[in-house]
Amino acid sequence: MLLFIEQCLNGLQVGLLLFLLAAGLTLVFGIMDLVNLAHGSLYMLGAYFAASFAALTDSFVLGALLGLGAMFLVGAGLEVTTLRRLYGRDHLDHVLGTFGLILFFNELVRMVWGPGSLSLPLPSWLNRSIEILPGVPYSAYRFSIIVVALVVALLLYLLVMRTRIGMLIRAGASNREMVGALGVNIQLLYTLVFGLGAVLAGLAGIMQAPILTAHIGMGENILILAFVVIIIGGIGSIRGALVASIFVGLADTVGRAYLPDLLRLFLSPAAASTAGPALSSMLIYVLMAIVLVLRPEGLFPAARR
Amino acid sequence: MRGKLLAVAAISALAAGPVVAQNKSVKIGFVSTFSGPTAVIGNDMRNSFELALDHLGRKMGGLPVEVIYEDDQQKPEVGVQKTQKLIESDKVDFIVGYIWSNVLLASLKPAVDSKTFLISANAGPSQLAGEQCSPYVFSTSWQNDQTPQAMGLYMNQKGVKSAFLIGPNYAAGKDMLAGLKSTFKGQVIGEEYTKWPDQLDFSAELSKARAAKPDAIFVFYPGAAGVQFLNQYAQMGLKGQIPLYTAFTIDETTLPKQKDLALGVPGAQEWVNDLPNEQNKKFVADYKAKNKSSPSFYGAQAYDAANLINSAVAAVKGDTSKKEDMRKAMEKANFKSVRGGFKYGNNHMPIQNFYLQDVVKQGDDFALKTVATIVENSQDRFHDKCPMK
Repeated sequence: MLLFIEQCLNGLQVGLLLFLLAAGLTLVFGIMDLVNLAHGSLYMLGAYFAASFAALTDSFVLGALLGLGAMFLVGAGLEVTTLRRLYGRDHLDHVLGTFGLILFFNELVRMVWGPGSLSLPLPSWLNRSIEILPGVPYSAYRFSIIVVALVVALLLYLLVMRTRIGMLIRAGASNREMVGALGVNIQLLYTLVFGLGAVLAGLAGIMQAPILTAHIGMGENILILAFVVIIIGGIGSIRGALVASIFVGLADTVGRAYLPDLLRLFLSPAAASTAGPALSSMLIYVLMAIVLVLRPEGLFPAARR
Repeated sequence: MRGKLLAVAAISALAAGPVVAQNKSVKIGFVSTFSGPTAVIGNDMRNSFELALDHLGRKMGGLPVEVIYEDDQQKPEVGVQKTQKLIESDKVDFIVGYIWSNVLLASLKPAVDSKTFLISANAGPSQLAGEQCSPYVFSTSWQNDQTPQAMGLYMNQKGVKSAFLIGPNYAAGKDMLAGLKSTFKGQVIGEEYTKWPDQLDFSAELSKARAAKPDAIFVFYPGAAGVQFLNQYAQMGLKGQIPLYTAFTIDETTLPKQKDLALGVPGAQEWVNDLPNEQNKKFVADYKAKNKSSPSFYGAQAYDAANLINSAVAAVKGDTSKKEDMRKAMEKANFKSVRGGFKYGNNHMPIQNFYLQDVVKQGDDFALKTVATIVENSQDRFHDKCPMK
């Protein structure tokens, strides 16, 4: 039972990290109607920036904060120089353009940081385990990811639902021309939204870096999962992204932990250990298929335009 | 006038053509991973192979050597394509390389069918040592099971009573865990296989390992995954709680990133950079001077592969059509290996020593060093299944 709680925490942590990535993706897609495949590249850049800044300043927290600042500049810069030209076009052009950006960023990172991975060492107060419940030891760092992601989710909710800028974001999503006609600088608004998306992606990358190291191509794997999350959650819905990412994280981790044992009950150990990991990695996609059949719009579809 | 001269040149080139073309160079294809997170390994192998060629004066049996490097992207389907391309369009005499067992197993058939010599400089799947052994395939590394077998013996020495095993779910991962189980006398209380190569988060497996309360954890995570595993093992607070034993998880390509986390984590290996033979001293010193980094066992095996090929080409004086004679020459393993010499078994797998290696801190740098010899003249446990004449 205690192990089960620990595995659920593991799943929650994976899910919440995914949420940070998916939230940015769904914001940009829902509000700016832009399919951004390069979102994974922003995640990778966040990890590389934080690792470099942390090495420079000798502080994990300072490195992470500087990394977030840099990510906002990169995101805003990318929107102004490149993505702005894609808005009027159809989704296939978005896919083509942003896929080009993936190749560009991978090569850029290879030129700047080299082909090897970069590690982001944790300070000792995070690099240990804490007892969160009696008898349930848990990695302090993974726990801090859970806390940070929940705080960010709350702030995001407050920002979008309770502030003037959030109101403009929502208004821009439902009728871009009208908001522009009312005298709102919609271009600036889009730049800010994209910068915010980049910061969220960067934050996910930064928090993943101590666990997985910063490496080239790290964004591509997780991008697919982020898309699964926004499809399950409903495109454009942050609430949907939160619920769906927790679902996906739990399905993935808990499935991985218990499916092989379950299979061992009626299969040979060798067959079970082969089928277990294969089946548990399919679980997420099965979940997506079920949601698509029952609710093609996702769990929390954003209001139709 | 100029036209005439060209015509004369063309005719003389034609006339000279067939004679020169028969054996103008020794062609070697090199398949390894040169992109993605494990490119460091491929680069280390290439650097070492190039160094070996430098040491040989870039000639074998009097002929210049031409090497064609191909990137397998760590994917079996790409590896087999590149192997076919090297055999069919480049018509290479030898194919070398192969880090990954699944890539090698996929690439085996085109090489064996075309009777092209294939030298594995790393991967050693059990199938290759047993039923699928071939007169045209040699290894300058080991059979996968051998290294964890040595680790199992060491764990017995240390009095480990129970162990939890974690490894990647592919050909080599299964061999490694099976190898450990064949020599480890204690109880195996858990065994986890993770999706390879894209699962990099081991939280579910580590939680299970901690809950099982074993005496020790044994892992096999080559390349970048080794860095990620040690990170997460430390973040879980397991370092100092449950000792870790490894095979192919800590080496010179990963150590600069593992640093302190690798201290006190033992590994087994057939080659360590401080082995006291002349050939090895020269290899390590010249590698460091040329590449400003330390060679790994992957590189050492690639270095040996170049010398093994040289011994074959020299034995036939550059006539690489004499395949039977080259095979016999290679079976003698008649060259100075940087691991201090080994013999070939009937299945063309090395019979060799395995050493215990440990991580030491030298100033700000970390290095591997030999602690003891765990086992002498170890032969793989599949050789009697090999039907080779």
